[in-house]
Amino acid sequence: MDFLTPIEIEAVVLSTRVAVWAMIWSLPLAIAAAWVLARCDFPGKSLLDGLIHLPLVLPPVVVGYVLLVALGRKGVVGAWLYDLFGISFAFSWRGAAIASGLIAFPLVVRAIRLSLEGVDRRLEDAARTLGASPLGVFFTITLPLIAPGILAGAILGFARSLSEFGATITFVSNIPGETRTLPIALYSFTQVPGGEAAATRLVVIAIVIAFAALAASEILARRLQRRMGGAP
Amino acid sequence: MISVDITRRLGSFTLAAKFETDTRGITAIFGRSGAGKTSIVNVLAGLLQPHSGRIEIDGHILLDTAKRINVPPEKRRLGYVFQESRLFPHYSVQRNLTYGMRRTPEAERRVNFDDVVAVLGIEALLERKPRSLSGGERQRVALGRALLTSPNLLLMDEPLASLDTARKQEILPFIERLRDHFDIPIVYVSHDMDEIIRLADNLILIDDGRVAAMGSVEDLTSRLDLRPLTGRYEAGSVIAAEVTAHDDEFSLTELAFAGGAFRLPRIDNPLGAQVRVRIRARDVSLALSRPEGVSELNVFEGRIMEIDHTQSAPQIDIRVDIGVPLWVRITRRAAHDLELREGSKVYTLVKSTSIDRQTLSTQKTVPLSTEETP
Repeated sequence: MDFLTPIEIEAVVLSTRVAVWAMIWSLPLAIAAAWVLARCDFPGKSLLDGLIHLPLVLPPVVVGYVLLVALGRKGVVGAWLYDLFGISFAFSWRGAAIASGLIAFPLVVRAIRLSLEGVDRRLEDAARTLGASPLGVFFTITLPLIAPGILAGAILGFARSLSEFGATITFVSNIPGETRTLPIALYSFTQVPGGEAAATRLVVIAIVIAFAALAASEILARRLQRRMGGAP
Repeated sequence: MISVDITRRLGSFTLAAKFETDTRGITAIFGRSGAGKTSIVNVLAGLLQPHSGRIEIDGHILLDTAKRINVPPEKRRLGYVFQESRLFPHYSVQRNLTYGMRRTPEAERRVNFDDVVAVLGIEALLERKPRSLSGGERQRVALGRALLTSPNLLLMDEPLASLDTARKQEILPFIERLRDHFDIPIVYVSHDMDEIIRLADNLILIDDGRVAAMGSVEDLTSRLDLRPLTGRYEAGSVIAAEVTAHDDEFSLTELAFAGGAFRLPRIDNPLGAQVRVRIRARDVSLALSRPEGVSELNVFEGRIMEIDHTQSAPQIDIRVDIGVPLWVRITRRAAHDLELREGSKVYTLVKSTSIDRQTLSTQKTVPLSTEETP
């Protein structure tokens, strides 16, 4: 990677790590949320639906500020977490992963929910009559059948996490090597005189990463489709 | 013994079915679409919850709403073959077949994998994915998959309905082989009377969510009052018989039944085998005196039990008691000329060649509880 400067490498690696961890924590929750929204019926469901979609419509800065108030070292939950486990999200890349995962959450839930609603429930009934428990049905039938939807959601969420700016900078600030992700690095370059060339290089890098993610999802989706016995 | 008594309301439709049937052989549930047949098997399988009721199969109570017993579907030990095969698209045929088997406790696996594969003729399909199979092949795999759970009872919900006539003819022999080879009782839902006559021992007629009649296939198909329910099918009689002799010189087989003996073109069943003969009403003719010099080998004396006066069609159906009920379809004009009436003594003539492999099925005939529903 000689053609990249150390600052660029740092930003790319950090952004990737933040986005990967954002997906690691949010994906299981997104699957659970999608399942509840697609399959369950209870009073207050539309409230939950609205809550999950909130990060999509709120300014990211608001989300970042709420996170700061809640999860900061002196925050409502943050202080408690720090006292009990010594975990702190403030001004660390872990906080960036929380912020960008939260912003991407509604998109991931949406993709998985759509795919869940497309699952033939009659296959699940058939699996029950063959001796599978509800949990067994979920892992052997439902989960494999929605794998393409989970993949699509994860890629979308990953891309959204990579581009996260507002919530991240509000919550964990702009610390080189810790929270200065690619968009924040780009923003920093535009704030200093003569930074245009470096900024342009980061723009190109962002485009390349976005295309790579799309290509990877396409290849994975085809492979999954083949495993499902469908046409490529 | 299967004992069922369930009620469920679905909008303005009420399912209130109560019946008992033997757990040997095949019990068919017949009714028009929308009559509630599928709901009944779904309740049996535990996929549909009735509002109240009780289900007991061979002493195992699967449901008793009064005692708050409701065994979940995966613990009911019932096999279910659906109308659409419902194979899992992401698994190979092999994985589909073993899906239920692997979830059956080792001690309860009575059905052997290789046996099932051989009986269903699906050896060559094991590595394939369901999507690449034909409709008939899929249904055979679905049969095998349900069978391999070694169920106490196999439920089949119109397993042939989504197939064309040629495919039906391909699958029917497999279902007969299942019944004979694995000795698992079957509840078979269908709206095709021909299928039921070929396969089933006992019949439960469902009309508008209720049991309209139940009994042996022979009894119910000979009852005129049930015609509006059983609907249009090739009218005829179903007669249980036993193979008593093979005539090699003329290539004939003799079958004994309650009213005498039939002779028909040679069949392969061994002596003593129980078979069921279906005689189409249009293949029987009537005479007032014992006919001489006719080609029919099967002539039986009988008495007219019932004449169907309700039709204004050119033909009428007459039921004659020849030891068993036999339906005869002749023209109204002939009935008029012969002055036929109920109680008249007649001779029935059945052409031997009208009884063929299509109208014959090997069968273990089993009695059915005749308790009437309220």
